[in-house]
Amino acid sequence: MSSKMYLNRSLAVGALSAGLAVVVGCERPPVDTEQKGYRGTGMEEVNNPRLRDDDLHLAPEAADPVSAEGPRAGEIYQNVEVLDDLSVAEFTRLMQSMTDWVSPDEGCTYCHDGNDFASEELYTYQVSRQMIEMNRYVNANWDSHMDDTGVTCYTCHRGENLPEESWFAEPTPDVNMAGLGNTMMQNLASEKTEYTSLPRNAFERYLLGHDDLRVEGDTILPHLDEWDVSLQDTEASYSLMMHMSAATGSNCTTCHNTGRLGQWDESPEEREISWHGIRMTRDINANWIEPLEAGQPEVRLGPTGDIAKVQCATCHYGEQLPLDGAKMVDDYPGLMGEEDADFDFLQFGDLGTDGLRDRNAE
Amino acid sequence: MAEYQNIFTRVQVRGPTDPGVELPAADWPRTKGATHSWLLGKIGDAQVGPIYLGTTGVMSILFGIVSIVIIGMNMLASVDWSPLEFIRQFFWVALEPPPPEYGLSLPPLNDGGWWLIAGFTLTLSVLLWFARTYNRARALGLGTHVAWAFAAAIFLFLAIGFIWPVLMGSWAKSVPFGIFPHLDWTTAFSLRYGNLYYNPFHMLSIVFLFGSALLFAMHGATILAAGRYNAEREIEQITDRGTAAERSALFWRWTMGFNATMESIHRWGYWFAILCVITGGIGILLTGTVVENWYLWGVHHGIAPEYPEFFTPAVDPAAGGTE
Repeated sequence: MSSKMYLNRSLAVGALSAGLAVVVGCERPPVDTEQKGYRGTGMEEVNNPRLRDDDLHLAPEAADPVSAEGPRAGEIYQNVEVLDDLSVAEFTRLMQSMTDWVSPDEGCTYCHDGNDFASEELYTYQVSRQMIEMNRYVNANWDSHMDDTGVTCYTCHRGENLPEESWFAEPTPDVNMAGLGNTMMQNLASEKTEYTSLPRNAFERYLLGHDDLRVEGDTILPHLDEWDVSLQDTEASYSLMMHMSAATGSNCTTCHNTGRLGQWDESPEEREISWHGIRMTRDINANWIEPLEAGQPEVRLGPTGDIAKVQCATCHYGEQLPLDGAKMVDDYPGLMGEEDADFDFLQFGDLGTDGLRDRNAE
Repeated sequence: MAEYQNIFTRVQVRGPTDPGVELPAADWPRTKGATHSWLLGKIGDAQVGPIYLGTTGVMSILFGIVSIVIIGMNMLASVDWSPLEFIRQFFWVALEPPPPEYGLSLPPLNDGGWWLIAGFTLTLSVLLWFARTYNRARALGLGTHVAWAFAAAIFLFLAIGFIWPVLMGSWAKSVPFGIFPHLDWTTAFSLRYGNLYYNPFHMLSIVFLFGSALLFAMHGATILAAGRYNAEREIEQITDRGTAAERSALFWRWTMGFNATMESIHRWGYWFAILCVITGGIGILLTGTVVENWYLWGVHHGIAPEYPEFFTPAVDPAAGGTE
């Protein structure tokens, strides 16, 4: 073999290996593809069944049912503010299950003082009381997002003290206006943006605050009034969409006809469900999580001193329906609260902000 | 005898260094050095240099360096001057235009000011390079086709970076300097203005872009395939058709019923490439100024199809009560 031929062959082998190196970065086919829209519109749901870790995604077995008869927990135990109308057996069963869901290693004393179970000393006690109330509230009021599936502690916690996914506010960098390198809250790789260079403060803006996510022009011709959404706001909105897609293991086409992203009458119904999910997350963060901030120990706080807040991934773990839609709450009726007569999902930033009580008080 | 039958050039013509034609008296001298490169000879002419710099060339390179240094230092500062982070995040970092609140006013340096300066020096650089390609073509007695093709690209560059933001009244509408960030801008632009794919000038631009690639592939393949009949002398064969020109023409007439000529194929390629950026630039300039939502515009003008209902459509939960 002449040396020139050898060189050519080496180049060919090199090119082939480089090509393979690119290909192995991809997922192995085949993937499951489900047609969701009219043919030719590219509306398909793509899922790779081999990427799932079933241990994480399966709901645990419910504890054995117990009697609802007998004295109420509030009559027997001291300092029971929520769940006081459960029977003692039901109350104990739920407490045991909560321990399995949230602090299986630490046990009861993760939240309770071992010498005095009624003590409010531990901050985790305060947090869990608030979280039980929140759990009962969302199950009773947010059926627009969850239908009758409902959530339990396990939906987010999955056997961990802290849910795997949560977020802290992005620190505002100290920018010297005569200096260099102002990233303007974007242009750095971040898990918050699914590793795009989109703005990293979308959670603050849309899942705690109530900035308008709608960025697309809604008329054929330009408005000549003041309404003009900037491309920066468009990128922030897009940033949240990236998170929603990754958090729910969905494609854009789950909720949108991507040729006409803004058109409601060409969007699948899942878009409505997600719309409610955004409002529910605002509700949870503003009304249930933020009020706990003051009682948190320093290790639990983020870089700006804020409490860890929820996002779509906190419940969804990459599942379109958390725990594949398992109705765990049916087995734990104590986690279903009373419907709030004043509840109005349009009051979380759309027609008003009455629903965002604590943020209004600021 | 060596023939053109390979993907790479197998023939390297290696003579004494050719300094080029005499220069007009008013011009700068060329650089002295010229060398030969075997590797470059694989993909082109083996002789490297001499280069003509000239006033426009030197100034263009200087302004280009200034803008790249401004962009690079801002990127480096955004990762806290860490060279390693700079490499890791190279595709993410950027120099952003001013935020929307500044409109068309002059912002502080670190709030878009650097972006304006870098954009200005980069514009000077490409305009000077345009002048250089124009002057050098004239000095060689050539037509100025290359200069005008480059001018078409500069039109798109200025349409996005200067003319459109000025029409829209805000520097914030313009593109950041950065790899992923400029792609995010492209997506945001399309999302904000109702899907750019329904913009007919974007459609034309795509036609000319893909068409350019197709034409170049067809032309390159034809000339290589007829190389054994001296097709590389294609320019001479414009007026003096040889067997290469005849066979190539016959091939295309047999396969698709029509053939370009040795001259017209170059005009096809030239105009496809130029119209790609010109139509693209027009598409940008009409967006937001004349049309707010290209999809709705497409529906109004019968471009966007109505599809049969395939699923129960969503209803805007906030609609109905908003009036």
